[in-house]
Amino acid sequence: MAKILRANGMNKCIGCFTCMLSCAAVNKKEHTTFKSAIRVRTTGGLTSSFVGIVCLGCTDERACAEACPTGALKPRKGGGVILEQEKCIGCRKCIDACIVGAVNFDEDLKVPIVCKHCGICAQFCPHECLTMEEV
Amino acid sequence: MFHEDKRVLFIDLNTEKLRIEKRPDLNEYLGGIGIAIKLFEENVHPQLPPLHESQPVVFAVGAITSIFPVMTKTVAVFRSPHTGELGESYAGGRLAFAMMDAGYDAIVLTGKSKKPTYISVRSDNVSFRDARALWGLPSTVIGRIIREREPGPGKRSIIRIGPAGENGVSYSSVCVDTYRHFGRLGLGAVLGSKNIKAMQVYGTTSIPIKDFPSYWKAYREIYKKCTDTELMQKYHDLGTSINIEPLNALGVLPTKNLKQAVFEHGDKISGEQFAECNLVRKMACVGCPVGCIHIGQFRREFDKAGHEYESISVSYDYELIFALGSYLGIKTTDEILELIDEVEELGMDAMSAGVVLGWATEALQKGLISEKETVIPLKFGDKENYIKALRYIAYQENDFYIALGKGAAHAASIYGGKDFAMQIAGNEMAGYHTGYGALIGMSCGARHSHLCNGGYSIDQGMKTLDIDLLVGKLFQEEIDRCMLNSLVMCLFARKVYDRETILMALNSVGYTFSSDDLTRVAEKIYATKIRVKRAMGFEQEKVEFPKRFFETPSLHGLLDETTAYEAQRKFNAMTNALMKKYDGPEDSGSKKDSAEEPAS
Repeated sequence: MAKILRANGMNKCIGCFTCMLSCAAVNKKEHTTFKSAIRVRTTGGLTSSFVGIVCLGCTDERACAEACPTGALKPRKGGGVILEQEKCIGCRKCIDACIVGAVNFDEDLKVPIVCKHCGICAQFCPHECLTMEEV
Repeated sequence: MFHEDKRVLFIDLNTEKLRIEKRPDLNEYLGGIGIAIKLFEENVHPQLPPLHESQPVVFAVGAITSIFPVMTKTVAVFRSPHTGELGESYAGGRLAFAMMDAGYDAIVLTGKSKKPTYISVRSDNVSFRDARALWGLPSTVIGRIIREREPGPGKRSIIRIGPAGENGVSYSSVCVDTYRHFGRLGLGAVLGSKNIKAMQVYGTTSIPIKDFPSYWKAYREIYKKCTDTELMQKYHDLGTSINIEPLNALGVLPTKNLKQAVFEHGDKISGEQFAECNLVRKMACVGCPVGCIHIGQFRREFDKAGHEYESISVSYDYELIFALGSYLGIKTTDEILELIDEVEELGMDAMSAGVVLGWATEALQKGLISEKETVIPLKFGDKENYIKALRYIAYQENDFYIALGKGAAHAASIYGGKDFAMQIAGNEMAGYHTGYGALIGMSCGARHSHLCNGGYSIDQGMKTLDIDLLVGKLFQEEIDRCMLNSLVMCLFARKVYDRETILMALNSVGYTFSSDDLTRVAEKIYATKIRVKRAMGFEQEKVEFPKRFFETPSLHGLLDETTAYEAQRKFNAMTNALMKKYDGPEDSGSKKDSAEEPAS
């Protein structure tokens, strides 16, 4: 069964950023939060609540893939997309197209960062904010 | 960073010029306090007063900051306006992470800005912004204004001072990212004297992982220890406030200026009580899966006529509950949170503030001072007047409050009552009247903090008193923590990071340290601290203990004055023996051989 990442427990988030650090470490082999596919931030300073911006795993209609002029974003089984990096020209149209703002961008490689729904972030979330849902 | 040469940003506030140095010679100091104390030693002017514009402030992050769980802290080293000697303070929050992102192992500030300024440090620039209109504003407001003006939402750190720091209160603090602080020893006043209201740090640097399998194996193992074992459970659950109840039961909770060590209303201010009545949220420093920051909420009526309330959230911990609670006889959680909020707004160290007010209350009771000095009748348990008094200190209401703003020792030197001015070497006591460990630990600890060597914990672990054993343990812990603080880990994680685990983490990212190396680093750091302290005039054997410590029974019964001084001498003898091994300042001739171009 395919799985999709859900940030459905963000009310419990403590803001440790382990999800972002582990995503970038595993998927990009770098220590950074800037190259993470999941992004956690506050809604306005640390007194406000945390939000988790993640790929929602669209199924039938994928705005990011539709916007891609080179066909670099292919449908992923179960939802979301897979990036075929060699086809990407770094135009950032997918970023604008995603209405929830879930497509990040690698400023060094000039390619988008799309969530693979690998579940590393959920595995390293200490507070059950992130879960993997079977679809 | 991470087995490359240490990268240090020097900011000269007089000229607004920058200098960046690569410092391979600092690699052997690991990071954190190791490189901070070395940089401080190179830049301090022992003959000039603490608030002289030439004095440096050094911020440094650890050798494996943010890339392993709970490596979350930043150390600040400065000449303390409170004690006149070593100022060393630690803060969590996001600063360490932001400094890593900005690409600096250390930032050194010297000089003084011509007008109130806030500094914006980024990986590609450093800007000096006009903060004239911000002068006088509380730190909460400063955070919001800078947040709205500067880039980097969610990934930056903003540190700022309050009115107390601007006005030179010698124990004024620096707020880091709303809920954490460089609390002790007066960094707020040092930044204030330099006309620095705030500093934002933000960057986009990323660090390639060279040996992923090795790093990831170590990371997973440590993460599991932090989250799946009992080692850190208490810090997340009730938090440090869990200690109020057992320490009160043991009779070691300083109460009403340490006239007693049991608080009759202890059950009303326990960790359980806070969790039940006020706890609304828990948060974490970046890179910490534990999340010990406990946020408590209280409501305040602002108009009696129409049931008008505001709700206010502040972070609370054991030490704050002691200093602004039992120590002042405050017996409800709401009132303690209100006092914490006041200290937060004014930008003061909560521990020193509480202990100083404890002295003032007793001095008034005893008639050493009158309401002519205090303006209001200070009384144990009276929150309203304590709130007013805190404001009087921050805004320097009269000569008396100016004196109070320089600490309990200073105030007692003018008005009398030094026997119950509960400070050690100029720094106000922590919340543990456990015995000789706590007492000697604070007098001999390099920064006179209970966290230098955890003496309160050694007291609790020692069933029958053995002074030689106790002093030996304190000394060993003092040295060992120099190494822990060069990482810079949160000390709550010290049970997770035993020596073997530290070596595993360091080795997995390419540091080739052995256990012996770590011991040598720790000793060298300690020796550097002592050398710097002595250059600034500190003499261990001149430290006097207020008599009250020997009048109120501790966990080990009534303490004996002669024994305490004897223990202090023994500790100092051990220090002297170590100093012989590391005699004289190190040759640092090669330190400037690879200076880079300034970033702007």
